[in-house]
Amino acid sequence: MAVVHIEKLCKTYQLGPVQLPALRDVDLEIEQGQYIAIMGPSGSGKSTLLNLLGCLDRPTSGRYWLGGKDVSTLDDNHLSLIRGKRIGFIFQSYNLIGQLNVIENIKLPMSYQGFSEERSIERAGKLATMVGLGNRFKHRPRELSGGQQQRVAIARALANDPVIILADEPTGNLDSESGAEILSILDDLHQRGKTLIIVTHDEHIGTRAERTIHLLDGRIERVEYNHRR
Amino acid sequence: MHWFSAKRTIKLGVKSLWMHRLRSTLTMLGMVFGVCSVIAMLAIGEGASREAQEAIARLGSTNLIIETVKPPNEQANSSKANTMRKYGLTYADAESIRNTIPSVQVIVPVREIDQEARYLNRKVPIKLIGTIPWYTEVSPVRLIRGRFLSSVDLQYQLAVCVIEDQVARKLFAFDDPLGMDVRIYGNYYRVVGIVARLTTGQTADSFASEIAAVNGNGGGGVIGNVYIPLTTARKRFTEVKVSFGGGSENIEKVELQKIVVKVDSTEQVLPMRNILNTLLGRIHDKQDYNIVVPLELLRQAARTKQIFSIVLGSIAAISLLVGGIGIMNIMLATVSERTREIGIRRALGARKWDIIVQFLSETLLLTLAGGVLGIILGALIPFLVTYFGHMPTVITPSSLILAFGISAVVGITFGIYPAYRAANMDPIESLRHE
Ligand SMILES: Nc1ncnc2c1ncn2[C@@H]1O[C@H](COP(=O)(O)OP(=O)(O)OP(=O)(O)O)[C@@H](O)[C@H]1O
Ligand SMILES: [Mg+2]
Repeated sequence: MAVVHIEKLCKTYQLGPVQLPALRDVDLEIEQGQYIAIMGPSGSGKSTLLNLLGCLDRPTSGRYWLGGKDVSTLDDNHLSLIRGKRIGFIFQSYNLIGQLNVIENIKLPMSYQGFSEERSIERAGKLATMVGLGNRFKHRPRELSGGQQQRVAIARALANDPVIILADEPTGNLDSESGAEILSILDDLHQRGKTLIIVTHDEHIGTRAERTIHLLDGRIERVEYNHRR
Repeated sequence: MHWFSAKRTIKLGVKSLWMHRLRSTLTMLGMVFGVCSVIAMLAIGEGASREAQEAIARLGSTNLIIETVKPPNEQANSSKANTMRKYGLTYADAESIRNTIPSVQVIVPVREIDQEARYLNRKVPIKLIGTIPWYTEVSPVRLIRGRFLSSVDLQYQLAVCVIEDQVARKLFAFDDPLGMDVRIYGNYYRVVGIVARLTTGQTADSFASEIAAVNGNGGGGVIGNVYIPLTTARKRFTEVKVSFGGGSENIEKVELQKIVVKVDSTEQVLPMRNILNTLLGRIHDKQDYNIVVPLELLRQAARTKQIFSIVLGSIAAISLLVGGIGIMNIMLATVSERTREIGIRRALGARKWDIIVQFLSETLLLTLAGGVLGIILGALIPFLVTYFGHMPTVITPSSLILAFGISAVVGITFGIYPAYRAANMDPIESLRHE
């Protein structure tokens, strides 16, 4: 069964009297463990699609099944729960909380699921070590480089062992070297069977992903399969 | 909510308040002053009213005090010299009260004369009180040594006296007064007892002095009371007083200065006043007496306290309102400043409720901390007022609980809107914020 199943998904923004369709009739099916890249020009609806996949937003019409469960009509509370449990977000601008240190940032998603403090800290430590921040536990985000911050964000996205990991231009703010590091970590996650959906302008990612979805004006323009393995 | 998530929430709140120490402190000040004024004013109010109540209670809440007053209309034609004016309470009054009102439990006539008591070469100004043995039942005197006046003293008009301890100290210094003879107006009285009067405290409260006047020690320079049998007083001291004023001689005759009536219960006090008024009104053709009802003073004090509390309460409420609005203002600013953080938390699985709890507990922590500081400061102020202002203050535990409760209510009231605003921000918009 597909992890993500989308049918005729539409998102229309209402700007005063003007209707602004950001997504039109998107159909998509993603299997467990796949590595998907979403590409397209600015304003083509990539972020909009990712937000819908991440249950941050609700579609104007169409259906969305996440892990076999219809989530297109759930209320805010349930969507929050799903975001916390089944989705891991990685943002372009890292979006760490400045007043919390590395460990505290990583364990944030766990605290909303009612994990005990000890268990959260232990797991956060493991994740931080896994992304190569074993010696930076007590650092604040501003004491870390961009690449390191993004690694914290990746560890945080993994905290609740989500079904899908969504990344919106994860290397957008990074120099090519740190960007490459981040991409190799993501590759690594993919090797371990994680489902990755990454929005990018970067052709490199396109080549790493198994499938690249090209959006244009809110529609899937073409899908590119990349059998590199 | 799990206990550890409550703990975590508090920790988080403390942390983010600590991050903005100066702001938090300044924000808290409103609460601090509000709560502080609640505590301080309640303590001062409670102290004042308790003092008044104690003073009145000492007069006896089941007592009615009938006192002689100079009828006002007589003062106008006082130009007629050398005519004797007779007014006030009489032995006959006491007698008719005793005979016609069966519900009177105790009736005590009191004669008051300003005199000097002498012993050896010492002399002190005193108030000589001629009364009967049952005086102790209507007045707050406590026997220290010896005995009070007895019915034998009364019956045989004996020359005995009971003195107050401060008179004893002044007059006898280190000698034992018991069995000694005190000279008053040329006669000797054997000291048979020493009493102490429960006093109102040292404060110059207007209420206290009013009570003191009713108690009979308003006279200037009087050290204390000396009690002798009423019959002895009647035999040895004239009821006629001659004074010179306005170029002429004024002669007055007053038999009794006071009659104290005691009833069984407080319910009977007010009816008794009406009965006494009717009875005395029939006997007296002018208004030369006044009935003081300590119970009524007590009720008046309670009413005054109530009004006082309302006034203080409104002042405190206004300062708390201002403090609360200040806190709300800061919390709204905090929320919009932390929009992005809210978006992140929402994306990571925080429900609206979690956000509400987070910001509400921050506000609550702020107000409760302000409340505790206010309680500490507020408890200090009454202490200083008592120390420097010589005013009694009472901090009741309930006022502390009230202050703490008020801080919590202010926290919730003014925290709920900012928290609600935070929770209802759109996650996507918040994430994009900056
Ligand atoms: N909140 C909104 N209100 C109105 N229009 C919106 C809103 N969010 C997005 N849009 C519009 O929807 C369209 C798609 O936006 P989206 O952010 O998905 O583009 P994108 O592909 O992510 O672009 P970029 O590469 O620049 O990030 C754009 O035309 C945008 O203006
Ligand atoms: Mg975008």
